[in-house]
Amino acid sequence: MELIKDVDSIRKLFPALDQKVNNKSLVYFDNGATAQKPLSVIELTDKMNSGVNGNIHRAVHELSARTTELYEGAREDIRKFINAKEREEVIFTSGTTASINLVANSFCQKFLNKGDTVIVTEAEHHSNIVPWQMACERTGAELRVLPVDSNGEWMMEKLAEILDSKVKIISVAHISNVLGIVNPVKELIEAAHKKGVPVMIDGAQGVVHCKVDVQELDCDFYAFSGHKLYGPTGIGILYGKKELLDKIPPWLGGGDMVGTVSFNKTTYADLPLKFEAGTPNFIGAAALGEAVRFVRSIDGDFLKTQEDELVNYLINSLSSINGVKVFGTSANKISLFSFTVEGVHPTDLAMLMDKMGIALRSGLMCSEPLMTKFGVTGMLRASLAMYNTVSESEYFIASLKRALKMLS
Amino acid sequence: MITITQAEQEIIEEFSVFTDWLDKYEYLIELGKSLPIINDNGRQESNLIKGCQSRVWLAADYREGRIYFTADSDAIITKGIISLLVRVFSGRTPKEIIDADLSFIKEIGLQDNLSPSRSNGLVSMIRQIKFYAVAFAANK
Repeated sequence: MELIKDVDSIRKLFPALDQKVNNKSLVYFDNGATAQKPLSVIELTDKMNSGVNGNIHRAVHELSARTTELYEGAREDIRKFINAKEREEVIFTSGTTASINLVANSFCQKFLNKGDTVIVTEAEHHSNIVPWQMACERTGAELRVLPVDSNGEWMMEKLAEILDSKVKIISVAHISNVLGIVNPVKELIEAAHKKGVPVMIDGAQGVVHCKVDVQELDCDFYAFSGHKLYGPTGIGILYGKKELLDKIPPWLGGGDMVGTVSFNKTTYADLPLKFEAGTPNFIGAAALGEAVRFVRSIDGDFLKTQEDELVNYLINSLSSINGVKVFGTSANKISLFSFTVEGVHPTDLAMLMDKMGIALRSGLMCSEPLMTKFGVTGMLRASLAMYNTVSESEYFIASLKRALKMLS
Repeated sequence: MITITQAEQEIIEEFSVFTDWLDKYEYLIELGKSLPIINDNGRQESNLIKGCQSRVWLAADYREGRIYFTADSDAIITKGIISLLVRVFSGRTPKEIIDADLSFIKEIGLQDNLSPSRSNGLVSMIRQIKFYAVAFAANK
């Protein structure tokens, strides 16, 4: 199959991009929050909702067989996409948050005890802080934090100080949702494994911007959401190494996750169904499979070149505006820019730029500890996707300057 | 003193001259800059209405049957909208405040800023204004 290599062809596949917001052509720069969907994902969702709909894994009738095939087909395509060894290692959840909570419950129930420790970094999304805090509260364990430096980069030299025999798991973001830096996860995983400590990766942003190979990374768990990866909302993935998933208990009980059930004793189903209790979001799962097939239909080298171009343009243009401070500056930066402007509230800028048709994120961005570290009460964030262009970026910079003039 | 309805009408007339959003927001920014900043006493934790986006402080002073509001925000446009609310509500009796319907916000095209999803503290601020009115009405 011929791979797509130009942004115009990509844009044509996303109907949401072709609309006016506040009477202006939409410039959608809030992809870190959620991405727009390509036609193939929309069409599959429609097709299933309007006919190919029968509950999976349960019945012998034709519709059930077809949805089961779509569901399990999606699992296989997602397995290939992240290069997991086995299909059993790919578990459908409702999203990154659910995936992290699953591990924070099941893994910690088995392996985390009073006096043990969990490590996260200072630059985590609340979704990768709170579930671990809750697990620590339940068990009497301690949460340790790997700090980041003023550029937002992990202070790897501090890892040895906190990585002792009490640590039972480390959970970190592949790419921070605020800083847009590709973190040295491989290096951290190697260091952790030397001490026998498993590592969970929050890949909500990472899977969108990096080619993820879970075997090459050698991570123990990897979580991501469908809706940031051009798929639907309410579906996501937990990848886990089979030997670990086999050792930990199920989290939710219900239908489809059982072997045999009696009032005396219930046995659990094998992987992956052990972790998929109840009717899953099978339409969402099938559509996530379609989203992954869509991403694979785009030329990877083209995406890399285009993203580099956008990063260069935006980092230089933003930095040249008086008073602008960009957070997260590193050679390994994706097209995600959180910044403040001296003397200007990010919400004011976001409101004015919304009127200019530009969708941005402002506020704490679900990362309050990081905001506190940098001493700010909020930031403005522009996060781009594969369909965003240099000319949109130019309009964004011109609009930002115009908004700043209004506020000065 | 003019009634709440008259004060709302005045604001609607002021905003009617603006033909596009740019003029309207420039005016709000001007209002935000000219709103007397709440005194140090007022900008305290107990008067803080926390939104995810911007922070709003609201202080109420009850004298001779009327409530006097002062307010502040760290975001200038929010502050501009606040100044309109303070102008409409300050110096009113609790009953007038409880009965007010705030339709002028829609008339001047700022209702988007008051949708709960905007989480800029304005919705909570209006709730707080009404809450003060109910509380002072009950205690008089």
